[in-house]
Amino acid sequence: MNMHKLAGVAAAIGLSAALAAPAAYAQGAKAPKAEAQAQFFPVLAYRTGAYAPNGAPWANGFIDYMKLTNARGGINGVKLLWEECETGYATDRGVECYERLKGKHGGATAVQPLSTGITFALTEKAPGDKIPVITAGYGRSESQNGAVFGWNFPLIGTYWMGADVLVQHIAKKEGGFDKLKGKKIALVYHDSPYGKEPIALLQERAKMHGFSVQLLPVAHPGVEQKATWLQIRQNKPDYVFLWGWGVMNSTSIKEAQATGYPREKMYGVWWSGAEPDVKDVGEGAKGYNALAMQHGAEPNAKVIKDVLSMVHAKGQGTGPKEEVGQVLYMRGLISAMLQVEGVRAAQGRYGKGKWINGEQMRWGLENINLDQKALDDLGFAGVMRPVQTSCLDHMGSAWARIHTWDGKKWNFTSDWYQGDEKVLRPMVMLASGRYAEEKKIKPRTPEDCKK
Amino acid sequence: MFYRENGQFKTTYQSDQQIFPIPQDRWIILGIVAFAFLGIPLLVDEYLFRAILIPFLILSLAALGVNILVGYCGQITLGAGAFMAVGAYAAYNFLIRVSGMPALGAILLGGLTAAAVGIVFGIPSLRVRGLYLAVATLAAQFFCDWAFLRVKWFTNDSSSGSVSVADINLLGWTIDSPTDKYLFCLGILVVFSLAAKNLVRGSIGRQWMAIRDMDVAATVIGIRPMYAKLSAFAVSSFYVGVAGALWGFVHLGSWEPAAFSIDRSFQLLFMVIIGGMGSIVGSFFGAAFIVILPIFLNQMLPLVGDLFALEVSIALVSHVEIMIFGALIVFFLIVEPHGIARLWSTGREKLRLWPFPH
Repeated sequence: MNMHKLAGVAAAIGLSAALAAPAAYAQGAKAPKAEAQAQFFPVLAYRTGAYAPNGAPWANGFIDYMKLTNARGGINGVKLLWEECETGYATDRGVECYERLKGKHGGATAVQPLSTGITFALTEKAPGDKIPVITAGYGRSESQNGAVFGWNFPLIGTYWMGADVLVQHIAKKEGGFDKLKGKKIALVYHDSPYGKEPIALLQERAKMHGFSVQLLPVAHPGVEQKATWLQIRQNKPDYVFLWGWGVMNSTSIKEAQATGYPREKMYGVWWSGAEPDVKDVGEGAKGYNALAMQHGAEPNAKVIKDVLSMVHAKGQGTGPKEEVGQVLYMRGLISAMLQVEGVRAAQGRYGKGKWINGEQMRWGLENINLDQKALDDLGFAGVMRPVQTSCLDHMGSAWARIHTWDGKKWNFTSDWYQGDEKVLRPMVMLASGRYAEEKKIKPRTPEDCKK
Repeated sequence: MFYRENGQFKTTYQSDQQIFPIPQDRWIILGIVAFAFLGIPLLVDEYLFRAILIPFLILSLAALGVNILVGYCGQITLGAGAFMAVGAYAAYNFLIRVSGMPALGAILLGGLTAAAVGIVFGIPSLRVRGLYLAVATLAAQFFCDWAFLRVKWFTNDSSSGSVSVADINLLGWTIDSPTDKYLFCLGILVVFSLAAKNLVRGSIGRQWMAIRDMDVAATVIGIRPMYAKLSAFAVSSFYVGVAGALWGFVHLGSWEPAAFSIDRSFQLLFMVIIGGMGSIVGSFFGAAFIVILPIFLNQMLPLVGDLFALEVSIALVSHVEIMIFGALIVFFLIVEPHGIARLWSTGREKLRLWPFPH
């Protein structure tokens, strides 16, 4: 009955010995000693669990781009180094992975959690560790305000912006915002911080234009949706917005098919519009629309050809070759590209070919300026629009379009839309101001930003 | 050898009835506690603190609470995650809604709120028992999940349902570094385990155990089942609630209801079953097993792969991790159904008789 602490302490001592052992099994390029130290990037991936079909292609694209960068000669000669850690989309495991990897190889340059739950947890830790958290297309929307969220970078898309674009799109389809009055929009969402993010914006827009929003939460992992779709059948909403992830997406589309809800009136967020979501449903998903976070499936982009010729042709590709260029693969690729460009921007200030630490990386990410020419040089012509970030705007670009599944592949079916700053900015300022008050953060001034 | 009681005579009832009647035990425990307070902060790095030791301490506290209810009072609960959530969200609300509320006060008030909720959900235990009670406590889990996801007041109208707190301040001591957090959790855990140990040795603990062993007989000898069962629910929920508040405030800093899902309830119940029901030290064994082992396996397997020059993918590692973990659970339950704590006490009995154990 006694020996209270012995269990814990003995285990801790044993573990510390085991863990302190040089666990240097980093995959990828091992930089020669003579060159500058390699930039280290933790890869928080999930290749197991309910969200693996969507997590794996993202991680493959993410790693392939880093391999491509190394094959292209690194960032002004500085090579990249990375190590994967399996989170299974679970917040506590994600935090453990982050803690495990953040100090390796001189310290992580930036971290991309690919989970809104893990993002929330890391948001608390990043300022202390001075490691930027890049959440390209996810995370908390108010973190666009870099004055309060100094270390969060929801680059090229937040959920509020995405929801705003969806409302703009249906307004255009209906023939103007005034036609939205009296319309019913149902939001089928993953019952987690991720799924709840768009609610605030939709309610704001609903007040402005007089449409109603019906909230239909779906519990993790999202395979049980019979009741949800029964409600949709009863209420007959004019549009259904889908905010799902993993197996929940294909389940929703199958249920829509079963209840006979027209797929043409369904709009998914950019995490609900990839090949794994629709390919099992195939023809049944025909007409289903989703946001494209700038890019869609891009098998013909130059960067993809480079990946195939410089990485996969040499037998070093990550994951199956057929998936190269698919939607989520592209998302991972672009996420990696943005962090590489952050390092490049930081090198522009702190010395070309030098190793960049977390604080310098933040400056780099706040000063990304990818114009069309830079994108063309990188092989992203036609894939995305220019991105320019600043200290106060950590998003950098608010453009998106819609793509539609034709039964075999995704095709763009709309023009470019831009998230409406007049709607988004006040919401971002209000929410981030509240966060600053709660956490007693003093917002950064423009002078602080120059440091 | 060193663990021999020859020549130790107890001359007072007091010395016979203390927690550790054998002086060697007493010194070892004191040494371990002193080492945990003074030695560990000097030895381990940030990763061990933040990823392993702090979660281990907090979940040990929660397992201790569950053990009081399940192990000592015999009331199976599947609502532990819910009481953690109540503790965390109540503490959060006390902190932001009452101006000048110290964080430690909020955490303890969160525990008290959890105790009150625990009593309410413990009422069915007066009529149903065993597996039926487990199902009834499951209601607590689903109710709390629902409440914290849907009732916006609890999350202070946060748009995503996620809440966060600033660093804790305790009488001028700002708890922000991993070492501070570790010491804070350790301090609370030591105080709470001492209290728990004394509770279960005292009159109320004996009532709980009587109810556990046979409630009709206990009633016949004059134990009030309502008082005994509800007090077990209250004390247990208090512990679990404080652990939940610590989990939110100290470990995560920002959390959502998913942090206290049904998985957490099962995890805590497994800790108690594997560690040892009705044993304080078993809670620590169980927490160590459930918290540390998966992470340990996850890090060791690639090294083992390296030994044989195999490239191990992380997907394979996490599949093998789950398989080994499951196999170990089955192994322990077959070899020692009374939990790791029983293995431990058997070992100690043998040590006392060394070199002629039987």
